Amino acid sequence: MADGPERAPERALEIAAATHPDVDLTEIDPGIGRDLVPLTRLAPEPAPESRRSDVDRWGRSEHFRALTRRAFDPIYKHWFRVEWEGFEHLPEEGGALLVANHAGAIPPDAPSIMHGIEKDLGRPVYGLAEHLFRTLPVVGTLWSRSGGVTAHPDNAYRLLHDEERLVLVFPEGTKGTGKLYTDRYRLRRFGRGGFVEIAMRAGVPVIPIAVMGAEETMPILFKSPRLAKLLNIPYFPITANMLAFGPAGLVAYLPAKFRIRVLPPVFFDVAPNQERYSRSRVMEESERIRRMVQDALYDMLRRRRSVWFG
Amino acid sequence: MRALVTGLSTYWGGRVAQALEQRSDVEVVVGVDTRDPRTPLERTEFVRTDSSHSILSRIVRATQVDTIVHTHLVVDSTRATSRTLHEINVIGTMNLLAAAGAPASPVRKVVLKSSGLVYGANKSDPYFFREDMSRTGPANTPVERSLLEVEGFVRDFADDNPHVDVSLLRFANVLGVDIDTPFTAALRRPVVPEILGFDPRLQFIHEDDVVDALMYSINNDIPGVYNVGADGNLPWSEVCAIVGKRRVALPFAFTNLAAEPARLLRLWDLPPEAMQLLRFGRTIDNTRYKHAGFRYSYTTATTIEAFAQALRLAGTIGDSSPSYRYQREVEDFFRHSPAVVRPD
Repeated sequence: MADGPERAPERALEIAAATHPDVDLTEIDPGIGRDLVPLTRLAPEPAPESRRSDVDRWGRSEHFRALTRRAFDPIYKHWFRVEWEGFEHLPEEGGALLVANHAGAIPPDAPSIMHGIEKDLGRPVYGLAEHLFRTLPVVGTLWSRSGGVTAHPDNAYRLLHDEERLVLVFPEGTKGTGKLYTDRYRLRRFGRGGFVEIAMRAGVPVIPIAVMGAEETMPILFKSPRLAKLLNIPYFPITANMLAFGPAGLVAYLPAKFRIRVLPPVFFDVAPNQERYSRSRVMEESERIRRMVQDALYDMLRRRRSVWFG
Repeated sequence: MRALVTGLSTYWGGRVAQALEQRSDVEVVVGVDTRDPRTPLERTEFVRTDSSHSILSRIVRATQVDTIVHTHLVVDSTRATSRTLHEINVIGTMNLLAAAGAPASPVRKVVLKSSGLVYGANKSDPYFFREDMSRTGPANTPVERSLLEVEGFVRDFADDNPHVDVSLLRFANVLGVDIDTPFTAALRRPVVPEILGFDPRLQFIHEDDVVDALMYSINNDIPGVYNVGADGNLPWSEVCAIVGKRRVALPFAFTNLAAEPARLLRLWDLPPEAMQLLRFGRTIDNTRYKHAGFRYSYTTATTIEAFAQALRLAGTIGDSSPSYRYQREVEDFFRHSPAVVRPD
């Protein structure tokens, strides 16, 4: 600022006292007043932030989460009878990318994993999913309030790196949920390994999770590509549930026993925040993690005596 | 500093000119527009002209301005036909930048007021747009297309004139009682539209923060592209609740068609780009401008609260802002008559 009219220091202090009531002016050297320029606009003090809802900037609402937890808890406990192994591998703090296999026409593995971790570890889990959800009225909003986030690399990076959250991702995507019952527990391609790249960039470990049981809750017997195309959805399944329960089969799950095994975290020995990572390294790690989940599933299946009782 | 303000008769042009007048190191403020100013100004020299290249380059040369503040970009497509929109945004900016980039031009700084509209609002968008990200869907509306074209000119201009500091500010939706946008207009009505089953998170910015942000780029040498939006975002349902308005649901299919009767009845006039926001929402990442040193006075939540309070006040006492009518003879008299004693 160029020199304005000479101001007496007392005047400047008066102005400062009026505009900054929280500052103790007795400690300020009066000479400093020469540098103070009076404010040209005394804006009204903004009102303190008063929110009407607890929706966070990701669209998640803890209040809504609590409601869904209460509704889902009996299903989790008594219908799927979820049991965990290796729960201690989940970190108490810091970001981590949870990578699991995906199954069931309407997959129940995502809510089961999220519910178990939030209940027993007390940390929120953000579930990444297709942007298809964002286009669905009502369902999309409820999905977002319950912690669903569109699977965009930048969203994942922010959650993992900036906010140090637990993020759940299913790299198989709809290829996993849309597979036929005859292909159960055979993992599909893990995308293009994008999840490894995000974890590397965010500098967080990947925690592989193997879920057993989801495949049998809503097995797909046939698929109608024509109807799927007509409705503009990834697949249109004819499930065993539909044949057994009729229309109720659209939402009614079979009571398969759930077993969820958390595998030891995979750390990548690379520098975070790089522009790009070696493609071969990314694909290698992605394939290794897929192998780990696949082997764990085979191991769990070997021990399973009954689909319904575990 | 010698400054040229385009769009002097728009709300933003007037506010920026007022702010520039307050600064003792600003020798000259020149404002151009096609209409008379609507804000009282003390020493700004107003030139009524269209934005043709020959006149603009003559003004730049004659006044030897070193700073250009380009506020004359239409971002509210309900205000102009797509033809005028193109004329003002694309042709106007092209002419202005050509004038500023002429050989031996005195211009050393250009500040432009763009909009978050350049990012659009689509299903596959990231939740927070950074300046280096581009939109994920095609630009379907004239206003979005024109702003993208403008930003192209600005990039070219900045590349061709490395000695000029170019700051391009992309603003979030503005909320304030003194400014009419599709959203403020809709929120003044007894009922406010929403799209059935959608409750997107929206970000706003207070009108004072807009002026402060423009002034911050004028006062400091921080060339670059910056997002300017208040911290945080709120679901549309909560925005309406804070303002105290009831929502009416529009069907999620054929939404624009269903909104047409309300448009004809002058209830709401939400252009397609605003409808897109009511479906998917948009938040822009403001950290870059914060790192450049800018401080916001309001968050998104307090912006909405301030708007709600101002609406309540206006509902009780009516419009309290003093009206002003520009009279050239009067303004010329105060600026140039030898009879007026001007303190130096």
